[in-house]
Amino acid sequence: MADQVEFELVSPAKLLVSEAVEMVVVPGVEGDFGVLPGHAPVISQVRPGVIDIHGDGKVIRRIFVAGGFAEVTTERCTVLAEEARPVEDIDAAQAEQRLVAARTAVEHPTDDADPGEARARARELRVAEAQVMAAQQG
Amino acid sequence: MPNLKDLRLRITSVKSTRKITAAMKMVAASKLKRAQEQAEAARPYAERMERMLGSLAASIGETQSAPPLLAGTDRDHTHLLVVVTSDRGLCGGFNGQVVRGARARINQLRADGKEVKILCLGRKGRDGLKRYFETIIVDTVEGLTRRHVLFEDADDLGARLAKMFEDGEFDVCTLVYNRFKSAISQEFTVQQLIPFPVMGTEEEEKDQEPKRDDALAAIYEFEPDEETILADLLPRNLGVQMYRAMLESYAGEHGARMAAMDSATRNAGDMIDRLELSYNRKRQAAITTEMIEIVSGAEAL
Repeated sequence: MADQVEFELVSPAKLLVSEAVEMVVVPGVEGDFGVLPGHAPVISQVRPGVIDIHGDGKVIRRIFVAGGFAEVTTERCTVLAEEARPVEDIDAAQAEQRLVAARTAVEHPTDDADPGEARARARELRVAEAQVMAAQQG
Repeated sequence: MPNLKDLRLRITSVKSTRKITAAMKMVAASKLKRAQEQAEAARPYAERMERMLGSLAASIGETQSAPPLLAGTDRDHTHLLVVVTSDRGLCGGFNGQVVRGARARINQLRADGKEVKILCLGRKGRDGLKRYFETIIVDTVEGLTRRHVLFEDADDLGARLAKMFEDGEFDVCTLVYNRFKSAISQEFTVQQLIPFPVMGTEEEEKDQEPKRDDALAAIYEFEPDEETILADLLPRNLGVQMYRAMLESYAGEHGARMAAMDSATRNAGDMIDRLELSYNRKRQAAITTEMIEIVSGAEAL
């Protein structure tokens, strides 16, 4: 259909979503962007946040992703995410716990020699923060 | 000449062996099914990622800013071979095939004057290669496929490869593994990981018309920019490729084991038939002899 865009959400383990939708809003690193049919081709990094799937003029589904990549063409929008789950499935308490754990890890690093580890910890903190935010809004 | 008792014992023992191989076949079949599903579920991600990398690589082209994981180190001296095998045996020629292929490759690379290092995934690969190449095996990772393949493990391995590459431990990294073709056949596969092979050039030569996608690739916009995305995407791609190879190999392992156990079960059945035949023959001979003895004994009186 011309007025719909093929949206795909893929994680390493499986194809999570593959359907035609009216519009998706993807949290890109340089700001959220909405994808409608006929969107200019873009490849973007995705920051931890929530993907909104729109139908009938309103948000019908919200999916949390822990970052990844998005590829947009005129008729397709593909998001590669390492971790993804519907916002309503997020357990607020668990998300909080993860955030606390991530904060502790960043503030009290056990091995400060490795820059790779430090980056991973900072990343984990951002993911955890975004998840808590998503849980609060959802 | 074995006597009747020996034959009987032999038959019981072969029968119990048959039970074991039949059970292993069933286990392998059910594991194969799961492994196959997992491998198929993982395919879309790897495919999309490859497509994305393809567009990025086409866009960045041969510019100076291409990261080393894509462009290589300008050298071609040290090769790292990642050999994916299973941890367990009893799966026919599955591991032998990989080991043989890897050995041929190592010898060829050495003949070309390259230095070779080996990273083994799976115990059987190490067992097979250490006889000839013990000194160049960097490390062996075991237990990856104990229950099922985890993406986290593959990702860690990818990160480790990226780090080794950054530290200049090798220039070219190649993955050798068995690709799952069908339940009864696996295909030995050699895949280059680092530097990332850009498919474009070769395919374009073959078919210029259907490659309209490539023309499209040139007009992508990038957020933030090609280099940043590539720097993030390339290490992750390593993990994805490792994951795929591990899944393929895992599914192949169970397919091979199923086939091996199936033929073992059949052979055991044949053997039992033969043993039973000779057992019966011998029993009859014994009875006949006994009767002749009785009759001739009676006649003598």
